[in-house]
Amino acid sequence: MSVPRFWRELDTRYNLIGSYCKITKTYHYPRRSFNPEAGRESIGSMEDYQFKGTGEVVSSTVVHQAQTGYEMFGPYCIAIIELDEGPKITTQIVDCEPEIVKPGMKVKSVFRKLGEDSESGILHYGTKFILDESLETTNDEDGNITDIEV
Amino acid sequence: MREVSIIGVGITKFGELWDKSLRQLGLETGLAAIKDAGITSKDIDALYIGNMAAGSTLQQEHVSALMADYCGLAAQNVPATRVEAASASGGLAIRQAYMAIAGGFIDIAVVGGAEKMTDVSDSESSYTVSMGSDEQWESKAGATFASLHAMIAQSHMQEYGTTREQMSAVSEKNHYHASMNPMAQFPFAISAEAVSNSGMVSSPLRMLDCAPNSDGAAAVVLCATERAKKYKKKAVKIIGSGQASDTLSLHHRKHLNQMPAIKIAAKRAFKSCGKKATDLDLIEIHDNFTISEIIALEEIGIFKRGKAASNILKGETKLGGKIPTNTSGGLKARGHAPGATGIAQIIELVQQLRGEAGERQVKGAKIGMAENHGGTAATAVVHILEGE
Repeated sequence: MSVPRFWRELDTRYNLIGSYCKITKTYHYPRRSFNPEAGRESIGSMEDYQFKGTGEVVSSTVVHQAQTGYEMFGPYCIAIIELDEGPKITTQIVDCEPEIVKPGMKVKSVFRKLGEDSESGILHYGTKFILDESLETTNDEDGNITDIEV
Repeated sequence: MREVSIIGVGITKFGELWDKSLRQLGLETGLAAIKDAGITSKDIDALYIGNMAAGSTLQQEHVSALMADYCGLAAQNVPATRVEAASASGGLAIRQAYMAIAGGFIDIAVVGGAEKMTDVSDSESSYTVSMGSDEQWESKAGATFASLHAMIAQSHMQEYGTTREQMSAVSEKNHYHASMNPMAQFPFAISAEAVSNSGMVSSPLRMLDCAPNSDGAAAVVLCATERAKKYKKKAVKIIGSGQASDTLSLHHRKHLNQMPAIKIAAKRAFKSCGKKATDLDLIEIHDNFTISEIIALEEIGIFKRGKAASNILKGETKLGGKIPTNTSGGLKARGHAPGATGIAQIIELVQQLRGEAGERQVKGAKIGMAENHGGTAATAVVHILEGE
């Protein structure tokens, strides 16, 4: 992905910044300057909002034929989760056997590497999710940096 | 509004057509369609091209001018327009031509769809297909196009009890139909067991749940009905047309196991001709994955929500059943060349409604529907055709 294309969404990706619509009192992710449900009235009424990063799995799958750039993760879990504030997002669920993820499970955001442009290109970081119960078990064993909670 | 008829069709076999270029495929089908219609290039008022991915697979944009040029229409300066809506590009190109003719702007248009998906590696073509979903917030998060449909399937299974066996029945049936279609990419039958035991792509979807990424082309000639008789005895009328959009991302939908754009496009198409689901004799469905065929049949209103899968397993959508679905073999077995797919569906209907479908002929077919969608049904386009 080109540098500006990634850079302009940095806080959305790193810190789960989305929008709160003051008119409909609803939350949106990713950030929007316009709420489709409220129409043009919403322009100027969308505030930045940092999501708590907690939510629930709505649907999930174990990806065996990986997406380009995700080959080293396969098989991995992709899920649609509903954040506690309402919006749904598509994300990778990590730090567990991908098969155990089921609808209704509680999840929590973590800051992770998403990929890289090339060996000499920029690295992409962003948000992934882990099962909430697994929080205690993700402590560092080999001296590697593990989870940084968002 | 004027009535519009289809007076000519031309199609290539879909598959790995490494010996043929995009322009060659377009030319072959275009020539076949105008020959079938009995017109000459002088009669063509406009050209519409359905193409999804030439920019990413061939580094070639501006395929409208490319096709006009290589089909010999540049010298006459025939207006050529490319239409893109991911896998719905072909169906949408037909709709653009239909509206231009119905609106009285032109009388005769050639609509061609062409795609080259196998000039690049499998991973490149798969990524290209996923560009029909939200590249930034789905693909870049690691979601493949199959994985999005896997989550749709997972949700449908959870809510309606849809089973592995039922999904396998969709592929089995489409391959059975393709075994009678010499133009199909996979013109042979496979068993439901083979589908259920094929390699896992994204759980619960297995390899034989997924349509291939194919090369291929298809073209039709559309003509104002008032002029159609001059050229073609067996013209097939487009009596209904409908289109609808939805959120680009699957995760922005209220229900993951529904595809409301298909429902609304079908409703609009039915309304435009005063027909209903029970009037249809056959349907071509956009079965990019087996689950899509199940959901589309529910959205169109052929079966109640949650009831399509069991009816498919019972054989209701098989040739000879209540409503034969995908007699061409569908995307799964005829093949799926995104820009050409929506046009190939229309060609199957034309052949059926002319009574020229050979072994796979639906007896007495009068009215058929084609449902074509792009992405996870963020664009849906539905046409209803009537034979004479």
